Amino acid sequence: MAELNIRVNERMWKITAAPDTPLLYVLSNELGLQGPRFGCGLAQCGSCSVLVEGVETRSCVTPVASIGSKSVTTLEGLPSWYARQKGLSKAPALHPVQQAMIDEQALQCGYCYNGMIIKAAELLSKIPQPSEAQIRSAMNGHLCRCGTYPRITKAIQRASRMIPEVSK
Amino acid sequence: MTSVPTGTAFPRRDFLKGGGALIIGFSLCGAAFGQEGVDLVALATGPDQPDLKQLDTWLAIHADNTATIFLGYVELGQGSSTALLQIAAEELDLDISQVKSARLDTNRSPNQGATAASAAIARGGPRVRSAAAEARRTLLTMASKRLNAAIDRLTVSNGIVSVVDNPKRTVAYGALLGDKPFDVPFTGTAPLKPVSAYKIVGTRVPRKDIPDKVSGKYVYIQHVRVAGMLHGRVVRPRGQSAYAAGAKVLSVDESSVRNIPNARIIRRRDFIGVVAPNEWDAIRAAEQLKVTWQVMPELPGHADVYDQMRAAKTTDVVLKESGDVVAALDRAAHVVSRTYRGPYQAHAPFGPACALARVTADSAVVMCSTQNAYDTRGKLAQVLGMPAGKVRVQYYEGSGTFGRSCYDDAAQAAAILSQEVGKPVRVQFMRWDELGWDNYGPAHLADVRAGVDANGTIVAYEYRGWQHGWSTTETSQQLALGTPAGDSGEGAARQLNKLNLGSMYDIPNVRLVNRQLPGISGYLKGANLRSPLDISFSFASEQTIDELAYLAGFDPYLFRQRNTTDSRWLGVLNAVAQAAGWMPRRAAARLSDANVVTGRGIAVGTHLSSYAAAIAEIEVSKDTGRIVAKHLYGALDAGLAVNPAFIENQISGMLVQATSRILKEEVTFSRTNVTSLDWNSYPVLRFEEYPEVTPIVIQRMDQKSSGAGEEALCSAAAAIANAFFDATGARLRQYPLTPNRVLAALSQDESN
Repeated sequence: MAELNIRVNERMWKITAAPDTPLLYVLSNELGLQGPRFGCGLAQCGSCSVLVEGVETRSCVTPVASIGSKSVTTLEGLPSWYARQKGLSKAPALHPVQQAMIDEQALQCGYCYNGMIIKAAELLSKIPQPSEAQIRSAMNGHLCRCGTYPRITKAIQRASRMIPEVSK
Repeated sequence: MTSVPTGTAFPRRDFLKGGGALIIGFSLCGAAFGQEGVDLVALATGPDQPDLKQLDTWLAIHADNTATIFLGYVELGQGSSTALLQIAAEELDLDISQVKSARLDTNRSPNQGATAASAAIARGGPRVRSAAAEARRTLLTMASKRLNAAIDRLTVSNGIVSVVDNPKRTVAYGALLGDKPFDVPFTGTAPLKPVSAYKIVGTRVPRKDIPDKVSGKYVYIQHVRVAGMLHGRVVRPRGQSAYAAGAKVLSVDESSVRNIPNARIIRRRDFIGVVAPNEWDAIRAAEQLKVTWQVMPELPGHADVYDQMRAAKTTDVVLKESGDVVAALDRAAHVVSRTYRGPYQAHAPFGPACALARVTADSAVVMCSTQNAYDTRGKLAQVLGMPAGKVRVQYYEGSGTFGRSCYDDAAQAAAILSQEVGKPVRVQFMRWDELGWDNYGPAHLADVRAGVDANGTIVAYEYRGWQHGWSTTETSQQLALGTPAGDSGEGAARQLNKLNLGSMYDIPNVRLVNRQLPGISGYLKGANLRSPLDISFSFASEQTIDELAYLAGFDPYLFRQRNTTDSRWLGVLNAVAQAAGWMPRRAAARLSDANVVTGRGIAVGTHLSSYAAAIAEIEVSKDTGRIVAKHLYGALDAGLAVNPAFIENQISGMLVQATSRILKEEVTFSRTNVTSLDWNSYPVLRFEEYPEVTPIVIQRMDQKSSGAGEEALCSAAAAIANAFFDATGARLRQYPLTPNRVLAALSQDESN
């Protein structure tokens, strides 16, 4: 066991954990976060995804000790992350991708949407106006068993139209 | 592990003071089950469950002029919890914002059976509607006294009762009853609002669960934690063997987890689990623990299962016989006779099953994602050796289950471990547990013969289908108690689906033969996987119909239209053809030498109710054998669509899931074990592979609501198979339609 300091959603947390503990279990059990969630433990499905320094990362296979001083953002911290990225004085209630998922009524069970939203937010931070092919390619590592992929694409396209209006 | 925030600001929600995350109280007196912190109304209960004949079992009116509806059906992401609230709000004359549902709980919610067979609206809707109507009548009786006006002079809007010719005289529902029980029987005699007066039912109300699901506030079963709990994992062979064989422990090497001192090994007969205060310790211990299992080569292997089925001694039942099939086939202008094969497929919920149990000497509370809380309670009572009335089951949504996946198994594992250690235990299955120990949708073998006359009229249809029953014993119980594997061969969904095998066509000579296998020895565990077996049925049946159309020289859409007189089947056929811009021509009339060829196919199908038709447009690469579904259209007539938007979402999801199941999914197994244990070995459709989808809802305000969560799957899958023939002139008679099977079919003449 080791004492570690990790930065999650712009707060520093002191935790005691075995260094090889996957970040997912620290986020779920120690920090009480509900965004990242277990799906496979094998980095195959994307349900556990978080942003590490803005890069989508599978928390189920990322040892907590490997995070070091890097900044972790979960679904819960996405609106603030977006506000920092866009230089907004105040975080919106939801990231545009989250709002677009509601507007499109995209979900069914919604369990995969943590990863879907995290990955889509990463995509739009790099490519603000992605083509459908770029969306499909970027999202291809995230599985949805309910079959809501078409609506996720629509929601990402909708979000991409919302973002320029609020960015500086 | 312990943790303390070191920043200046504490997190908004201080989870840690409770000693863990997201503490949910285990309370037997009622605090835990309000989805929105509902204040509970005192309730008359029956011996083991709330009394269905009491109005208070169904709903409660609060002082703030809102209502809580106690639903006996669970939200699975299909939107039915919101749709049922639409029905309640409609009858109560409340706004949709004034109604909410309560978490399903065996101590509080009406027992309406399983949320299965797409029954939530079809069977649940009428009860909710009737109870809400009766509540409104009761409230109006009270208002009549309060306002000193006859009931027929009262009107209600948003829960405010007013006098028709004196609108200043009003009283709110909340003021009449606020948080007190109705304390009246539910007679089911209150008149219902006429459909013509509906304002909420039939409209596109947004789903109530979605905002919290996108923000991360929604509590899935995987999120639930309680104070003092341990994390548990099951330890089993990687992948099940034959159902009857279960698993047999030869030895357990406890020293193999000595490096994880906080982990404790729990064994009850052949049930092995580990518990630890720390989740990662539990996971590592379950992976490391060396258990020697008896090797049981009792399976045929997935490639040989069909030969085993054909060779088996079956119990044959003629489910339907009309006319004389043999004589009609003799006279037919064209006859087809083919064999079709469908694989075992997994429920494969995206988040593996999870449950949390607190078992004491004389009671148990189990939180889990069951589709049938009362049934789960009964099974738990057996496992725990307690009367059912002492076991309380609370529903928390998991990820989409699509039938009886491992939720009961996980609930039993948590209960067994909690009973052993005397503390609450949370069990989450690992990916290999879920994919390896599922109650799979069973494999299917079919021999189909059919004939058509020279005018394009189908004259004979015979379907002989092999399948095994469903497992009735969960693995945890089987291993821990030594309970023999039980098998249920009863019920419509466990045998040929008469509604889906030619019955949509007007065929004078029909024979359906059910060949029931003993599904215990030599087979995997089986159960209801969304629209049980219908994909296999339609894959065989609708390709047969397509072949008849081809042989008779007809366009496949016009051929189906010609052989159907039922207005609702014609309705979906015509709607989907119109949406797809279908131009009639014979199938496979545009074969090309190009490497990438295109095709289109059409099919119809259902499950236990409703009417669906689908069209698929696909591409086939002849060099790689890869099929790409480009665009799927699905039309569904489910009677009165309480919320057409939800049904559109269901259709869209079914079109995508059908594509996955027909093109990619197959449970693989060796002689000893299931071998498809992760998303690489059990591939499902990915983002780059999904087709464009066009859902079409046929709104029928004059018809009863029927199922909308399963019925479009099988027609979509069969339409893809038919499109393959249109593209290539070759037929595929075994799915999934993998590149290897495509290449094999293309290398043969069209004689297979």
